[in-house]
Amino acid sequence: MYIVIVGGGRAGHSLAKTLLAEGHEVLVVDKGDRVCEEINEEMGSICVAGDGCDTNILLEAGVQRADMFVALTGSDEDNLVACQLAKHRFHVPRTAARVNNPGHEALFKKVGIDITVSSINLVLEQIEHGVPTHFLTHLVTLEDARLEIVQVKIPEGAVVVGRMVGQVDLPSGALITLLLRSGQPPTRPEEDTVLQAGDEVLVVTNRESEEALRRALTQGAEGEGPPTAG
Amino acid sequence: MKVIIVGCDLVGVELASLLDSEENQVTVLDVDTDKFERLPPTFKGEALLGDGTDADDLTRAGVGEADAFVALTDEDNRNILAAQLAKHIYAVPRVLCRINDPARSELYEELGLETFNPTRIVAHLLRQKLVG
Repeated sequence: MYIVIVGGGRAGHSLAKTLLAEGHEVLVVDKGDRVCEEINEEMGSICVAGDGCDTNILLEAGVQRADMFVALTGSDEDNLVACQLAKHRFHVPRTAARVNNPGHEALFKKVGIDITVSSINLVLEQIEHGVPTHFLTHLVTLEDARLEIVQVKIPEGAVVVGRMVGQVDLPSGALITLLLRSGQPPTRPEEDTVLQAGDEVLVVTNRESEEALRRALTQGAEGEGPPTAG
Repeated sequence: MKVIIVGCDLVGVELASLLDSEENQVTVLDVDTDKFERLPPTFKGEALLGDGTDADDLTRAGVGEADAFVALTDEDNRNILAAQLAKHIYAVPRVLCRINDPARSELYEELGLETFNPTRIVAHLLRQKLVG
């Protein structure tokens, strides 16, 4: 594949090196002359000095024949514009961008950038996975359908422990699709499947109901508020 | 009409003053409060320290209720990001975006953003003055 990378900082530098080692053709565009010199010395002449949002520079970089375009600068506005140029002016089939401000990720997706990577959101997700008292973990967001798939661990002491799936008061639209029980193969829970502490369930839900879902499945456990009557 | 203007440079000040004198509700955003001193003493609108590409600052400026949004900083890419946030995320009914680079201006015009390109506008005006 031919891959053009805008931004030769730490991320761009390592990505270029990895892709080259995998046998891909790589070109880096960076505004800094020094950055370019270093990359060219280390990896051969693969860096063009210039603005990755300038159509002439992009032409020089051969973006029109690129299979993939990756914008990795520390500036969201530059990454956004570079990707939109690559996609709409030069018809690059796949575009990817680093998102520095997590508040911009929704826009990047909305305007059609194929892959967005927000380091802050990634770190938060990792922390979410790592914090044992945080029982709900996001797995996948289905943008178009405005749905998400989340994993919920049924904690010790939750009111739903010992209840049947059919009795759980789930928010409307939420669907328990898979039950993961330690030491057993994953199963599709039936209405009469009895939930146990430590069970993990994969649930499809809309984003608005996420909080209600978390409450329904974890209420009663320590740190999750008092159980409601009944 | 409630209008948010991002960028308090000369054009921003001029536009803010005009709209303000016509009884519109104007909010000017800039990352440099010194620039607010350019606003006339008669200005009744709001001048907010803030970044037009930041969700929290846009919310503080009332982007949710704005009828119009004008991205007027001297940096094309900042304007493009701010204007697309206003249009696609906050659904502001009327969004205008200043883009100095003609190539970029053409692209975003094609993508449905209402842009204006001072470079081209001024060049055309000057040409008209020179050769009629």
